[in-house]
Amino acid sequence: MSSLMSGARMLLECLTREGVDAMFGYPGGVTLPLYDAMYDHPLRHILVRHEQNAAFAAEGYARATGRVGVCCATSGPGATNLTTGLVDAMMDSIPVVAITGQVSTKLIGSDAFQEADTFGISRSCTKHNFLVKTLGDLPQAVHEAFYIASTGRPGPVLVDIPKDVFQAQGHYAPVSAIHLPGYKVHTDGHAGQIRRAAQMMWEAERPFVYAGGGIVASGAAAELRELVETLDAPAVCTLMGLGSLPATHPNFISMPGMHGSYAANMGMSEADLLIALGVRFDDRVTGRLAAFAPQAKVIHVDIDPAEIGKNRAPDLPIVGDARRVLAKLNKILAELAPAQAGIHAGARRAWWGRIRRWQSEHPLTPEFCSTEIKPQHLMAEIDRISGGKAIVAADVGQHQMWAAQFVRFLEPRLWINSGGLGAMGFGLPAAIGAQVARPDKLVFAILGDGGFQMSIPELSTIASYGLPVKIVVMNNGYLGMVRQWQELFYNNRLCAVTMDCFPEAEKLAAAYGFKGRSIHSPAVLADALREAVEEPGPYLLNVQVSPVENVYPMVPAGGAINEMVLGPPKPVPAAAK
Amino acid sequence: MLQVISLLVENKPGALMRVTGLLSARGYNIESLTVARTLDPALSRMTIAVDVEAKQRPQLIKQMNKLINVLQATDLTDAPSVTRELLLLRVRAAMESRTAILKEAEIFGARVVDSSVEGYALEVTSDSEKIDEFIDVMRSYGEIDVTRSGTVAVSLESRKLRLSSPVPAAAKSVSDEGILTTSDPTRSPREW
Repeated sequence: MSSLMSGARMLLECLTREGVDAMFGYPGGVTLPLYDAMYDHPLRHILVRHEQNAAFAAEGYARATGRVGVCCATSGPGATNLTTGLVDAMMDSIPVVAITGQVSTKLIGSDAFQEADTFGISRSCTKHNFLVKTLGDLPQAVHEAFYIASTGRPGPVLVDIPKDVFQAQGHYAPVSAIHLPGYKVHTDGHAGQIRRAAQMMWEAERPFVYAGGGIVASGAAAELRELVETLDAPAVCTLMGLGSLPATHPNFISMPGMHGSYAANMGMSEADLLIALGVRFDDRVTGRLAAFAPQAKVIHVDIDPAEIGKNRAPDLPIVGDARRVLAKLNKILAELAPAQAGIHAGARRAWWGRIRRWQSEHPLTPEFCSTEIKPQHLMAEIDRISGGKAIVAADVGQHQMWAAQFVRFLEPRLWINSGGLGAMGFGLPAAIGAQVARPDKLVFAILGDGGFQMSIPELSTIASYGLPVKIVVMNNGYLGMVRQWQELFYNNRLCAVTMDCFPEAEKLAAAYGFKGRSIHSPAVLADALREAVEEPGPYLLNVQVSPVENVYPMVPAGGAINEMVLGPPKPVPAAAK
Repeated sequence: MLQVISLLVENKPGALMRVTGLLSARGYNIESLTVARTLDPALSRMTIAVDVEAKQRPQLIKQMNKLINVLQATDLTDAPSVTRELLLLRVRAAMESRTAILKEAEIFGARVVDSSVEGYALEVTSDSEKIDEFIDVMRSYGEIDVTRSGTVAVSLESRKLRLSSPVPAAAKSVSDEGILTTSDPTRSPREW
């Protein structure tokens, strides 16, 4: 089977074979042949307003579905604009394929118009990248890109395609096999290690499950739940793992880390066995590494061997896909249960007693105020209206942390945020990607007034495609997280954090042809949110909140996670037992 | 301390950049790096000497193994292996010291590759420490000029090369001919 077609058409055929149903992009000079081929091709192209947002939207699509998100940009500035999104996907292990145009092969290296060394620039932004110099290499490169992006530890892959390769005519023969001899994916954990892990889990007196983005990536939510229930162990989900255990589950102890709950951080600090699943011991979780979980033996399950021992040396490493490892582990735990369960019943009961005490001593409770809307109140209202089922795409900053603390998720892939890179401007385009992927879902974009204005051009995309995204701006008139650090650690010398100009939401939304509203009274918050959700189209709700609220608990940079600052005004170190 | 890593790498564009980029991105200093093709022209062998804390050594090997084009990354630092470096050295030599230089060269197993009224050009292959010593000795005779090849190493154990097998590519297609001509009514904006 072979037929003559252009490189551009061949690319579209490859994308179709990969099951791509939407691509986020922005055309330009060297991708003209590609867009010409798209003219009569069913592939859905979403025209964003900035290439960075094409990458973020592709991430939003991927994070909401687990499928590969695809973005496309032209050479030079188009490709360089993608890079923030690619690094973001790299940090959070999100499967994305980026297609970039390049100047014609004979012009490469001549500083041609809109030429940039995309292959070189993207080396450090991607899991792998390709520069396709001849048409014959194109199908193989595209399929390898999807394969690499979506397998093992997922990540972004870029395929750079010169204009003359798009234009060349050639016979297309479907690629039958991917052969990457050096690409090693370790999916099945070591059987002996898994058995030892099960033994350790039953032997522990104070087990604690630390679950992360790897659970989401491998689709291991059901297996995680079974493990947690079999062991009856307390469990935290990291910022990247929220939703992998339902937030309403009695064993769920919220999020750990810099802005994690008291109980989550105390639990980590006092555990004698840390069951780390699909996590990377990120500094925002561990605080000062030397003081992290000092009493715990660590079982670390991860698909990436390089994560094992990168930050914390585990007592028992298992390299493998979380879902497969947990499935086997659950089986062995059940086998051992009759002999083992209950051997530490007393100790386990005492452990739960301490956890419940920490939870009741310093619960995460939203603040309410009758005169102004507290940001936590806003998140609690969003939580109520979502019922754990809406997709929430957040930007980066204080609102992100409050949303993570107070909006509960019953499933994975509902909470979408830039975890590792912390890229402001992420939220709105990510919500676009999620809504395109899941037209059936209620999608909130929860943004700060800073991050919203970074991606404000995408209001146009939302209007143009009629995406019914509910944009909620938590507006405190500040770059709140930076202001918080200036207040707490730089003697409140506020510098360059005031956002004293914000467009009037109703007029701004109206200018794009949809509804918007600004509110500042707590009395109208619930109604305003309901109105936004009931609106069939997009909605912009600007919520004026208390301007100088800080996110607590907080582990100061370099602190141990059991040394939380629990609230204003004076930092009070938590009593560490 | 110096870690000696031997890499078997697919000889593809950008492969060297990926290796050096990874090292610089993770904050390692390259002491030397050599690369040349193997018996199989599709593969290259790299030997990298890099300044790494001992406990970070396994981490660096794992990071190298993650590179798609790297078929095998081996830590030869403490493994049975032979490491060698080539030194080319020019020494300006006064008449009265020429004989002494030749004697020293003999001790180090160096060969004279050029001789002129100005002095000698010498070649020596040895481990890096011996080469350091030789350079010190030659410096004592006069002005010198040196070019070092960087470390090359060979493992003395045979290591099984574990490679991934081919996997079937995506097989979905909307048309058997591989040509798609349908125009999609949902292409226009405001479709929802």
